Amino acid sequence: MKPVFARPVSLKDVATHFCPGCQHGLIHRLAADAMDHFGVQQQTIGVASVGCSVFLYEYFDIDVVEAPHGRAPAVATGVKRARPDDVVFTYQGDGDLAAIGTSEIIHAANRGELFTVLFVNNTTYGMTGGQMAPTSLPGQRTLTSPEGRDVAMDGYPMRMAEVIAALDGTAYSVRVAVNSPKNILAAGKAIKKAFEYQIEKKGFAFVEVLATCPTNWGMNPLAANERVASEMIPYFKLGTFKERG
Amino acid sequence: MSERLLVAGNIAVAMGALAAGCRYYFGYPITPQSDIPAYMSGELRKLGGTFIQAESEIASINMLLGASACGFRAMTSSSSPGISLKQEGISYMAGSELPGLIVNICRSGPGLGGIDPSQADYFQSVKTGGHGGYRTIVVAPASVQEMYDLTILAFDLSDRYRMPAVLLADSLVGQMKEALECTPYVPPADLPAKEWAVTGKRGRPDQRIVKSLYLGEGELEAHNWKLWRRAEDLKAKEQRSEARRLDDAELVVTGFGSAARIARSAVEMARAAGLKVGFLRPITLFPFPEEAFAAATANCKKVLCVELSTGQMVEDVRLSVARDADVAFYGRPPGTGSLPTPEELFAQIQKHYGKGA
Repeated sequence: MKPVFARPVSLKDVATHFCPGCQHGLIHRLAADAMDHFGVQQQTIGVASVGCSVFLYEYFDIDVVEAPHGRAPAVATGVKRARPDDVVFTYQGDGDLAAIGTSEIIHAANRGELFTVLFVNNTTYGMTGGQMAPTSLPGQRTLTSPEGRDVAMDGYPMRMAEVIAALDGTAYSVRVAVNSPKNILAAGKAIKKAFEYQIEKKGFAFVEVLATCPTNWGMNPLAANERVASEMIPYFKLGTFKERG
Repeated sequence: MSERLLVAGNIAVAMGALAAGCRYYFGYPITPQSDIPAYMSGELRKLGGTFIQAESEIASINMLLGASACGFRAMTSSSSPGISLKQEGISYMAGSELPGLIVNICRSGPGLGGIDPSQADYFQSVKTGGHGGYRTIVVAPASVQEMYDLTILAFDLSDRYRMPAVLLADSLVGQMKEALECTPYVPPADLPAKEWAVTGKRGRPDQRIVKSLYLGEGELEAHNWKLWRRAEDLKAKEQRSEARRLDDAELVVTGFGSAARIARSAVEMARAAGLKVGFLRPITLFPFPEEAFAAATANCKKVLCVELSTGQMVEDVRLSVARDADVAFYGRPPGTGSLPTPEELFAQIQKHYGKGA
């Protein structure tokens, strides 16, 4: 009998350390599906960032380089320039990519580096216990914004997919979510496309994935998933912001 | 016969790097090292290598980390404030056991300081400026020829000991022109293969992971002991120094890099005046040539250390000499007009020569 559902070969057969209801595992799976789809597991190098997703190498069965906080796009630039025929991707959270690593992501995109960026936006710093992130929503209560994000004091949530799309070096920039079967299918397609852009040397490809952090949001997984639809998507509109070539 | 050229020290660094097979350069403009990226940008394009003028010093050290993780010889160059920004990346490279060359053509400081010859980055280079406790190889050229030769040595040592290497010089050595003989590079036959480099699995059963995070019980301690053993091995095998006229010396003058060039002239003046003065110049600052200092002070009990700073290397000299040796210091903090003349150093030699230990 032909199996209709199996673990991607790019993913190891291990349990993850992620909290219940966290969507990193799901996004890992979509990335692994894309690697399997293009048959590139054996020639892929992942660049891990600092945050909950640092343990990339525990879950993906690929070679991995671990980058300092925010520097994954610079490390990936070095890797991709050294191994131009390999498939290279970074996997970064919102604190890593949109705060401490803003410079690195903007300039990697602007140079049109031929790697893929998977950006997981869950509006908080997960690993350090739920501080305000550059993507925290107005009014969002966090450890460091106990009365809610005050835009007059703390500024506004950054819409990175739109920022990245505005750069001439970017070939593909999209925002997806994984809060419903329909959105998961669309996210899988977008991630595949982002790898395809790299493999076909079309240019820099960026996928922002809206995701939950039930632990630091103080919600159960279902309520957290509901928040993606009710609060995140209205601010962070899903869609394709750049699609060149 | 290799060619003899008249070139600046900074260009000699770039030529040495290319001779050593470095095809990846990542940097950011800063005086007084800008000749290096200018030269590399042209030459690397011709050679099919990679030159990136990065958006920041931080990005460039991390690009170096990435290229080095792939097993290739790669470098960055900068000057003091830029090297400060690279410290995070250097710590990560050390923790990840990655080789790579970081060239520091020092400015004077602190802060923005100036562009005069300076040796005030000795502590940052030798004691390491990043977090976590690690070591880097540090070489200190004193001539254009050494800018070439020690660049090559730094790559070899860096690959062999899997730790970043720093080449520490200043605008005096970086911008002066001298004759350079470009000896062809022959890689040491016993350099270990880079079996740790990420290449994509390509049929390997095991992943390769370049990382510095160790959270398992006992893992990080074991990792740190491994890094320490490697540094001890380096100290045992790779100390390098230049010694002159030590046999009958009653005073040993020491210094590194450009200060040593001036000090060497002062030593020759002293000899011409009939003073028995020797000269000992560290070529590697880490490992520090402790054995040479111990040997030189077995009989001669007086040392004069000269630096273009208020005194940094002198601490390592004091740790290395025989216990009953006396170490005097003469230095001038860097700044316009503060470079000592040979006559000035000769006066210091006269002052300390014959004084009881």
